[in-house]
Order: sequence, then structure tokens, then C-alpha cells
Amino acid sequence: MALMNLISTINHTLDLEMARDSNVVVFGEDVGVEGGVFRATVGLQQKYGDKRCFDTPLAESAIVGAAVGMAINGLRPVAEIQFSGFVYPAYNQIISHVARMRNRTRGRRNLPLVIRMPHGGGIKALEHHSESLDTLLGHIPGLKVVTPSTPYDAKGLLLSAIRDDDPVIFLEPSKIYRAFRQEVPEEEYTIPIGKAKVLKVGTDITVVTWGAYVHEALKADKILQEEGINAEIIDLRTISPLDRDTIIDSVQKTGRFVVIHEAAKSFGPGAELMAIVNEGAFLYLEAPPTRIAGFDVTIPIPRGEHHYFMDAQRMAAGIRNVVRY
Amino acid sequence: MLVEQYGPLKDKMLQIMDQDGIILRPELVPDLEDDTWLELYKVMVKTRCSDEQALLLQRQGRMLTYAPNTGQEAAQVGSAAAMAKTDWLVPAFRELGAWLYRGVDLEKVYLYWYGNERGSQFPEDVRVLPIAVPIASQLQHAVGIAMASSIKGEDDVTVAYVGDGGTSTGDFNEALNFAGVFNAPVVFLIQNNQYAISVPRQRQTKAETLVQKAVAAGIPGVLVDGNDLFAMYAATKEALNRARWGGGPTLIEAYTYRLGAHTTSDDPTKYRQDSEVLQWQEKDPLKRMKAYLIDKGLWSGEQDDSLSERFRQEALEVFRRVEATGETQLEDIFKYHFSEMPAHLREQLEQYKQYLEEVR
Repeated sequence: MALMNLISTINHTLDLEMARDSNVVVFGEDVGVEGGVFRATVGLQQKYGDKRCFDTPLAESAIVGAAVGMAINGLRPVAEIQFSGFVYPAYNQIISHVARMRNRTRGRRNLPLVIRMPHGGGIKALEHHSESLDTLLGHIPGLKVVTPSTPYDAKGLLLSAIRDDDPVIFLEPSKIYRAFRQEVPEEEYTIPIGKAKVLKVGTDITVVTWGAYVHEALKADKILQEEGINAEIIDLRTISPLDRDTIIDSVQKTGRFVVIHEAAKSFGPGAELMAIVNEGAFLYLEAPPTRIAGFDVTIPIPRGEHHYFMDAQRMAAGIRNVVRY
Repeated sequence: MLVEQYGPLKDKMLQIMDQDGIILRPELVPDLEDDTWLELYKVMVKTRCSDEQALLLQRQGRMLTYAPNTGQEAAQVGSAAAMAKTDWLVPAFRELGAWLYRGVDLEKVYLYWYGNERGSQFPEDVRVLPIAVPIASQLQHAVGIAMASSIKGEDDVTVAYVGDGGTSTGDFNEALNFAGVFNAPVVFLIQNNQYAISVPRQRQTKAETLVQKAVAAGIPGVLVDGNDLFAMYAATKEALNRARWGGGPTLIEAYTYRLGAHTTSDDPTKYRQDSEVLQWQEKDPLKRMKAYLIDKGLWSGEQDDSLSERFRQEALEVFRRVEATGETQLEDIFKYHFSEMPAHLREQLEQYKQYLEEVR
């Protein structure tokens, strides 16, 4: 066991898997010599050489498109997109090919590839550095979309993602890259993709969130506990495919549901989750399923972002309203 | 080296055989057996006949949209024939001749255009990718495949096709640039057939030739008469050899012409003159190769007629099989997105099957 933060866990996990499987290659902008703008790939080029960890030209479409080709030709590429907001030029590749090649070829060409990127906001960054792509990725048939909220989960999920025979988008909440450290086992272990995790068992309301917001939601829970509200907190961990059973089981027990997410409210991931709750727990509901979500605005740059991103107090207020409905 | 004589800025086009089948540059004729040339010609004829049959069937309302290849057979077969069996072929969508040469069954091709994804499921050992509809996006895959070959220390080369319209995309430029930086063993082959649907080549770029785009990427390029089987074979072979022995990527511009429509859904008389088409019919790659083979005593007009008749008949039989068996199986729509079908897809499939049971 070692104490690791999220970014050092990502680095440790890539290292572990590159050592185990020589088909794993890691590349993107500044990932080689620099070791990544967040240092996720630091030391990997020195250790594995510039054939297995390398810098690319500044071209996101080609980074993802080349990953498709590498996966077809026997490698397990792990491509880094420097920030989630830079992935848009690669959307043609992601939607048209990454998500479809296996289906298009009726199983002949599967794509064991991972696209990693820092995700979400609250880091006082420039425009395009705080995007939430949950819906913009989760809506695409043929993709798996994963987002860990702790170093421990990040390791298990990233190993699963790299070993998966299908493409996985791995969203790393950049706000918590260095927020805290956690005991992470040195040895390898996997966490299944598509499984949510109940972080705290409760009886009054089901709260589903993911990424950096998990930690604010846990703080909100503390506030609410003092008021006698006992929430069940669920970390979704995988955006697609969604773990419907865990959510429905919980709502059937608590009778109330809120989803908290960074992405804009309209047509957001919360809408999908509420639909699942309606389909699976309608007769158990004591209050309307509710979204506590980003405004339908462009995410403000640093001096305004505190209005957009929520703290525990605001989350607690939203949860309280549903419990008191 | 052909790239030195016919490079991007030389303003010269490689031609070994003229439009009447006369050999202009005997010293450049690739060293293949006569029988081999005849075999390549036969693939060109098969391509033409399969094309004509598909068009006929489309007009009868039996085939859906189809993108014809007529006029571009030498560019396709000449380049594919230069490849080794383990080389990768990454098509755009108008490479029937290359596909047939590389072992893709006509039945698969027809099945694809008939509207069934199983038409893109090629045998395991056929290193050919399926049609890529988003223009030029396939070039990135070719670069990745080629990079993987060099990372793994294998000497396979990848050949990627794109049209003249595709050279205007960001993907084209990103791919050439990437390939140059990584010295990837890839050959980019532009089939410049002069039109992107209705838009003429001059509307794609102010550059005098498309092969000039190699210059900015720092890679060699060569301009080739795309209707000359010998020239296409020679230029591709040289590029493949260079890539195979560590010399990196090459851009080939095959100067050719689409004698038919872009697809069965457009009318080329709206955007080009008959006189232009007539001029290019004189440069027909089949016509000149046939003249060459007859002149050498390797072939005859009668043999040619009966071969065409046979291919047309075979194509029709293939299509009849496709028509009889080409409907998509319901489960196929669901079961190939992931290695293991996730619960929500299983549920959607089951619910729909249940509905079908109920209404039956």
C-alpha cells in the first residue's frame, strides 16, 4: 500500500500496465518529455522508450484516429487528450469510428483503446478547460464512459479500461487530481466498468453523483445528517453503460431521488437518470426526482465559476428541498 | 527514383503507357510476367463488369445507392497489385478494383451496397478496412495502423485511399503531417477523379496539383497517370519499398477521371460537359490495356467479349444470392456494439422481440 493522489495513481497504473503488456502504448500532446501537463505520464518515456510513450503533433483528430488504427493493428493504445474541451475536433473520429468500428465490421475489428482526459471544472482555468462531456459522450452508442472519484477506484477502473476489448473514454476529474491522498495497493486489481458504488447507506433520499462532486456531496451529507436527514450517497463511476439496478434498488428503498452533476441541466445526464428512476421506481416515489445541475450557460471562466460549480452547502439546500417536498 | 523525376514540384506526370496502349518508357515497365499483367487486366474487367451490373440493378430498383468506379480501375488495381499480402489497405469508398484484387468477395461488396453491415465483415486474414463514409477520416486510421507496424517492428505497409475532395479536409493534412513526423510506413493515394460529387478539382484548392500537399508535410510525392496500370504499379511499388525499408510515407496523386456519376443519386450532365467525358473515354484504362495485350498477342477481342460476358453473369448470380439472403438479422443490430452485450441493450432487444411476438 502507498499513499497516492489521483494523478500519481493514474501514473502508477499506466506504469503497471505498460510493464505487464508490451502492446500498451501511451501518447498525446506533451505526454512524453514533459510527462503530461498534469504529470499523468511522467517518467514513462524514460522507462519504456519513445516508441511506447511519445509526444504527438497538436492534432486531436489524428491522435484519436491513429489510436483507432493502432487498436486495429494489435496494440492497446491509451491516448491522452490534454483537456476535455480540446476533444471536440476528435468527435468525428469518436462518433464515426471509435464507437462504430466493431458494429460496422460485425465484430471483425474491435477497438481495445482508451481515451483519457482531464474532465470537469472548478480549477480556475481558461475557457474550454472545464467542460463536462457526460451527455456528449454518454449519448453515443458503442462507447463506455468511465469517471472515477478516488485514487483507489481510478486504478481499478483504468486497468479495466485498458484491458477491455472495447473503447473506453476515461474522464479524470481534474479538480481532485491532487486534492487528497488515499491508500492504494501496489498490486494490480480491477473494478468492473458499469458498476456504481454506494458510498454511504441511507434511508431518506438517494443522491447520485460522480467525479469531483462526490466529495462535495459527502460533505453535504454531513450537513444534512445534523438536521436528521439520512441520505444514501451513490458514486455512479460509469456514465455508460449506467448501473440502473443499483440506482433503482436504492430509490425503491428511500423513495426520493436527486442527481447532482456539473454538466448543463437541459438534456443532461440527470435527465437520463431521472427517466431510469421513473421507469424503475415510480410507485415508490414520495417526491419528484430532481436534478441539481449546472445552469444552461457556457461555463464561466475563473471569476464567475463559483456561481456555476456547487459547494456542499448548495447541494445540501437542493437535497433538503426534495426531502421536505 | 520516380519521386525525383515526378515529384510534387516537377510539373511532370509519370506515364509509361499512352492512351492507345503504346509503351512510351520501356525502361520503366515493372518487371512482371506477361501472364501477371493479363491477370491484373482481368481484375480490371471484373471491376468494370461488376460496376455495370450494380448500376443496372440499381436502375431496376433492386440495388440501393451505389458508387461506381468506371474509369478508375487502373488506379485501384495497379496500386493494390503492388502491395504484399500482409500490407494493410484502407479504402475511402470507391476502391472496388483494389478490394477485389486483395481478396474481398464481390458478394461482400454487393451486400454492403445492398444495405447490410455484414458486407463490411471481411475474413480475418484479409487486411482490408471497410468503407469509410466520412471523407478522409480513414487516413488517420491508416497512420495508426502504420505506426503500430513500426512500433511492433513489423515490415507491413499501409496504403490509404482518398479522393480529390478529401484533400481539402483537416484530416488529410493531419494524417500527412502525423505520418511525416513518425516516419510511418504508409502510402497515401489520392484518386483525383476531378470531381467531388459536382464540385470540380479547381474548387478544392488553388494549388496546381494535389501532390504538392506532400511538400508541406515534408514527405515525397509523385504525380501519376492514374489510368496507366504500369505507372500506377510502378509508383506504388516504389513508395511501398521506401516505406518498408524505413523511408517513411509517400503521397501519390493518381490523375484519373470518374466516367460515371459520384453515386447513383446524382446526374453528372448537370456539372460537366459531354465533350470532357468523351475526351476521358479516350483515356479509358481498360481500353489501353486491352490494346496493349492484344498487340502483344496475349489476348483477343473475342476473349475479351466472352470474359466480360462471364463476369457480368457471375455478378448477377452473386447479386441474386445477396438478394436472397441479404436482409439484416435483428440480433445483428444489437450484438456487435460491444464484445459483451450490456444489460440495457439486451433489454431493448428483448422488449422489441416481445413486441414482434405480440403483433405476429
